[in-house]
Amino acid sequence: MNLTNSARGYGWITIVMHWLVAVAVLGLFALGIWMVDLSYYSDWYHDAPFIHKSVGVLLVGLMLFRWVWTLVNPKPAPASVSSRAVAFLISAMHAVLYLLVFLLGVSGYLISTAEGHGISVFDWFTVPALIEPFEDQADLAGEIHELLAFVLIGLVVLHALAALKHHFINRDNTLKRMLKPSGK
Amino acid sequence: MKKLQQLWLAAGIMLVSSVAFASPSKYVVDTQGMHASINFKIQHLGYSWLTGRFNNFSGDFSYDPEKLANSKISVKIDTDSINTNHAERDKHLRSADFLNAKKFPEATFVSDSISGSDKAMQVKGKFTLNGVTKEIVIDAHKIGEGKDPWGGYRSGFSGTTKIKLADYGITYDLGPASTEVFLDLNIEGIKK
Repeated sequence: MNLTNSARGYGWITIVMHWLVAVAVLGLFALGIWMVDLSYYSDWYHDAPFIHKSVGVLLVGLMLFRWVWTLVNPKPAPASVSSRAVAFLISAMHAVLYLLVFLLGVSGYLISTAEGHGISVFDWFTVPALIEPFEDQADLAGEIHELLAFVLIGLVVLHALAALKHHFINRDNTLKRMLKPSGK
Repeated sequence: MKKLQQLWLAAGIMLVSSVAFASPSKYVVDTQGMHASINFKIQHLGYSWLTGRFNNFSGDFSYDPEKLANSKISVKIDTDSINTNHAERDKHLRSADFLNAKKFPEATFVSDSISGSDKAMQVKGKFTLNGVTKEIVIDAHKIGEGKDPWGGYRSGFSGTTKIKLADYGITYDLGPASTEVFLDLNIEGIKK
């Protein structure tokens, strides 16, 4: 079992977290788009936002751990990179993907806590409302939350296209090494 | 001759002052000290009442205790100040599904006529909400009036009315028990 990263490839922990986050981000996006138009008499009127918020909080927790994990693990070198500028763009892209998930977490938190009530995570625990509410908080945070979500999904599409390009055009192991650890 | 002039002058002053005395007193609604509230309630599913209020509003009125018909009132309400103590619900209420607060940041009431007595007055006027103006009647009564301990003079009223949401273009389906909103108004004015 290769749990940690090596200079040549990712370990299981990185790989599992990557795909968990991928599923969570896409799922939250779809759920978010769907739930805001539910009618009052929908079975999901209360459950959908409850799940969205609960998963969202857990995702931010996972992302924090994932970020720390990247800091304490070796970073495998990119499989094939044409120039320094491209290498910079790639790492900038990855940083922005992380940042956007955090900002989505913060803006979502600000919507729900705008009147001083905490957010229950699957009734397991409650994230308290920590900041003093500011003017127009829920509406402003809501607009930012929606905008950031679309930007993130746009970048996720680019990210996925880049992986497919590496796999089918460059024919390198960029995608494969995110599916299972490559031999040490 | 001089005496006569003085007599006329005195009579004139008396006439003017008596008219001034009879004219209604002007008041500003005490939203600074917040001795006023615009509350509402609506049925939840037909099982209970959901209550809320508008935090920000302003208004003035004139009140003539001798002749109620000379009285009038106008109130402006910031629709985005709706507060039902639940952030996500309030966000929804401000949205285009309900108050459309971005497009219509203000709801207003301007009275056309006030009739009845202090104990039971009918305040007829135009209520504008979500860009729609309708005639409504507020059933009101006076609570009291008099000097306050700080050198001012106050009078206060209470009133209720109900509106159909659909009349104001608010058609989001909250269920058959929740098509009407009851408004509960408490107004205290400080004499200008």
